[in-house]
Amino acid sequence: MPQNSATPTPAREELIRDAVIRLSGNSQDGIQSIGGFLARLAGRSAQEVMTYMTIPATISGGPSIFQVRMGTGEVLSAGDEADFLLAFYQHSYDNHIGFLKEGGVLLYDSDHVEPDEGESRFLKVGVPISALTVEALGGSSREKGKNLFALGLLSRIFKLDVKKLRLIFKERFGGKAEDVLRNVNLAFDAGFSYPIDNVLHRYYAFHEGTEDDDSSQVTMDGNTALTLGLIAGGVRHGSGYPITPWSTIMEMLRQQLPKYGGVFVQAEDELAAVSMAIGFSYAGNLAVTGSSGPGISLKMEALGWATMAEIPLVVVNIQRGGPSTGLPTNVEQSDLLQAIYGSHGDCPRVVLAAQNVEDCFYIAREACEIARLYSVPVFVLSDMSLASRIEAFDEPDLDELMIEPKLDTVDRPADFKPYDLRRITHHAPPGSWVEGGVFPQVTGLEHDESGHPSANPQMHVEMMTKRREKIQKLADALPASQVFGDKEGEVLVVGWGSTWGPIRETVIRELDRGRKVGHLQVRYLNPLPNDLGEIFRRFEKILVVEMNNEGLYGYGQLATLLRARYCNPGIRSLSKTDGLTFKIKEIMRGIEAICPSQTTSK
Amino acid sequence: MSSAPIAAKAERGVLTKKGLQADHPTWCPGCGDFAVLAAYYKTLEKLKLPQQNIVTLAGIGCSSRFPYFVNTHGAHFIHGRSLPFASGVSMARDDLHVFVFGGDGDGFSIGGNHLDHAGRKNFRLTYVIMDNFVYGLTKKQTSPTSPAGFKSKTDPWGVFDRPTNPMRKLLSSGATFVARTHATQIKHMMEMYERAAKHDGFSVIEVLSECVEFYKGAFDAGNPRKGGAFEVIDETEHDVGDMAAALALAEEPWPGKFGVYYESKHPTKNQLERDLIEATREKQGQKSDKELLLQTFASMR
Repeated sequence: MPQNSATPTPAREELIRDAVIRLSGNSQDGIQSIGGFLARLAGRSAQEVMTYMTIPATISGGPSIFQVRMGTGEVLSAGDEADFLLAFYQHSYDNHIGFLKEGGVLLYDSDHVEPDEGESRFLKVGVPISALTVEALGGSSREKGKNLFALGLLSRIFKLDVKKLRLIFKERFGGKAEDVLRNVNLAFDAGFSYPIDNVLHRYYAFHEGTEDDDSSQVTMDGNTALTLGLIAGGVRHGSGYPITPWSTIMEMLRQQLPKYGGVFVQAEDELAAVSMAIGFSYAGNLAVTGSSGPGISLKMEALGWATMAEIPLVVVNIQRGGPSTGLPTNVEQSDLLQAIYGSHGDCPRVVLAAQNVEDCFYIAREACEIARLYSVPVFVLSDMSLASRIEAFDEPDLDELMIEPKLDTVDRPADFKPYDLRRITHHAPPGSWVEGGVFPQVTGLEHDESGHPSANPQMHVEMMTKRREKIQKLADALPASQVFGDKEGEVLVVGWGSTWGPIRETVIRELDRGRKVGHLQVRYLNPLPNDLGEIFRRFEKILVVEMNNEGLYGYGQLATLLRARYCNPGIRSLSKTDGLTFKIKEIMRGIEAICPSQTTSK
Repeated sequence: MSSAPIAAKAERGVLTKKGLQADHPTWCPGCGDFAVLAAYYKTLEKLKLPQQNIVTLAGIGCSSRFPYFVNTHGAHFIHGRSLPFASGVSMARDDLHVFVFGGDGDGFSIGGNHLDHAGRKNFRLTYVIMDNFVYGLTKKQTSPTSPAGFKSKTDPWGVFDRPTNPMRKLLSSGATFVARTHATQIKHMMEMYERAAKHDGFSVIEVLSECVEFYKGAFDAGNPRKGGAFEVIDETEHDVGDMAAALALAEEPWPGKFGVYYESKHPTKNQLERDLIEATREKQGQKSDKELLLQTFASMR
């Protein structure tokens, strides 16, 4: 029975635009799967959705949360505060109650949680989730299934589409033993039929979406989107080594690529992984390797070779908290300078960053194109938050985007030279006949045009220029940078990678209150687009927001680069390394700090 | 095609020593590696492989300059990683013949771990370790195979770390073909190369190749012309499929025996992955790449 005594009043319905729901429990409770079901449901209901999760860095489980923000209209960040907190344990309550906003709803398992009696900032709703789940499933199940009980409760409270949910259960569990799906439905039904309206006097209903239900949205996390982007980009070979949070990409490639006639090899270490990937590419099949944190450091020598030898390659870095083993399951963007400069010598390569889950697909595909066109390693930077976050987005148009890889071993003319100074290198992979009867050498030693070693000072200068200029040519070919909001004014907020959502939401709020602000998210980090300097000149201040440390001189990594390139003293830095994504209010405070609103003329 | 024709080197379909030669080797006069190279040319000539499908790869070291001296597709990779690089080349392409050359530093020191995994995965390629018991390119430091007492610049009082036993290391890697030869014995070297090249799997050969500059006379004990004994394994007595017997050979006192220590048939990773691909594609109904990806997206709606 509900533990809150309340005078029975008929439940009324409240229309809401969006809701932030934080599910808090232990990692083995399956709260990620409730989150996943909610996200998929939102994706199928023309609602926007964004999820956020934390997982403990231990194997045996531990406190974990899954947060879902869903609603109608654009959902850009996971939300600063929760409207709704579901706490399974006392520690879940203790650690997350501060995150519940005033007037929000605390739903808790009254078998495990005792909320603070004196607390009256929010509505407390206790349900004996554990006991009722055991009752619904019979004694043998222990407490397994309480995630689905909770999902039933939420479905009732938020008037979710139960028919669609059941279909999702069927897709997810239909292949397993019959009683699995039956138990899922039993636990769900027990939660759904619980008389929650005795204590909670409202239901919530989302505003109707504008699109119809048949819209072709797909729902997935960032690592999945990135993997599919690589496949669409024509990658059929790769090699990697397990490390969080890169591993799920490796696992999916290993499972998917054989279907496409490809091979992914789990190598003995990071050095072998990158070397094998370079071997695949040298043999004419564009390949991928990837890692996180320490693993990327280990790859750096071989990546230098790939720049020197001019080999196309895609390198994925799912960034996590560093340095060293650092915070392996937290988010950080502290590998930017490493991606650009991390190999020894002057070693130009391309660095791109995905700005949201959808972009993980597009940027990975684009990385494949660039790698082939310019015969260069291309870094794709993502991070822990994008890796595991689930979003719904429009299904990509594969008629337009699919690249079918082709092995090019046609005969090369007699004047073929692998390192021809007059053109961008495109290698003749082994198997190609060369008309002159002289086969190419591919090497990490400084070389002449045929690939044979040369220590000639002039040749070194020319080859250095050749490797640099192709990257500059790529800069010339980049699309114009897009500024959201005001095109000139007080503050341009600049970000890269996963800060896109929080920055965009901040800028919308600032625009709403009449400030002259814009947002520019840099997707191409090396080379930088050529038009940034001119855009920056149109704003009084440029605030570069990034999740890394301010360093010795007070600027985050991108801010350091931009200041060095543009010498614009208006470029300021807002950086942090608390292992969490940016909150809207943090960015708003950052804007206020460099450009106080009372001084603005409206 | 070109208005200024370049004198043809290799001729399509005919593999000759002249067509295989490239840069003049940069090795010191008298270096054992010259013979290793000559035996490679001769073996390729004999095998009559399509020249454009031969790949000559190497890591870093004196010996690893090898690819520049051979007119085939070639790559000179980084120190210690030539094996994983070559494994990628081999796994990517069933039509290539992959040969990797390197030294004892590459194979037993900086790249030691890769041997164990290339061996157990049984990639289809041939790896020749030109062992000279010393770091030559960097001018006489101790190598993992330098014997106790050898005076190097890093152990001027004589090495006291125990050396790697190369054959034991190669055998325990899981390599499916393991042989040992001597750079002064051209015919034997060619025989070993040929058998290694024809072996379907990871084949590895240790060639004792003398560094005349920093470890002169290191292998005289295995060279009859220098008063040593070149004792070849009698395969009527040694069962090459017997790992215990092979390991016993590896423990024989210096200079030990030469020839094939071990050979066995195991499916290559190349073949196992190919089988996986075929089974998977069969199950999927031979759909196009686009259809397959569309199917994946559909499951995420």
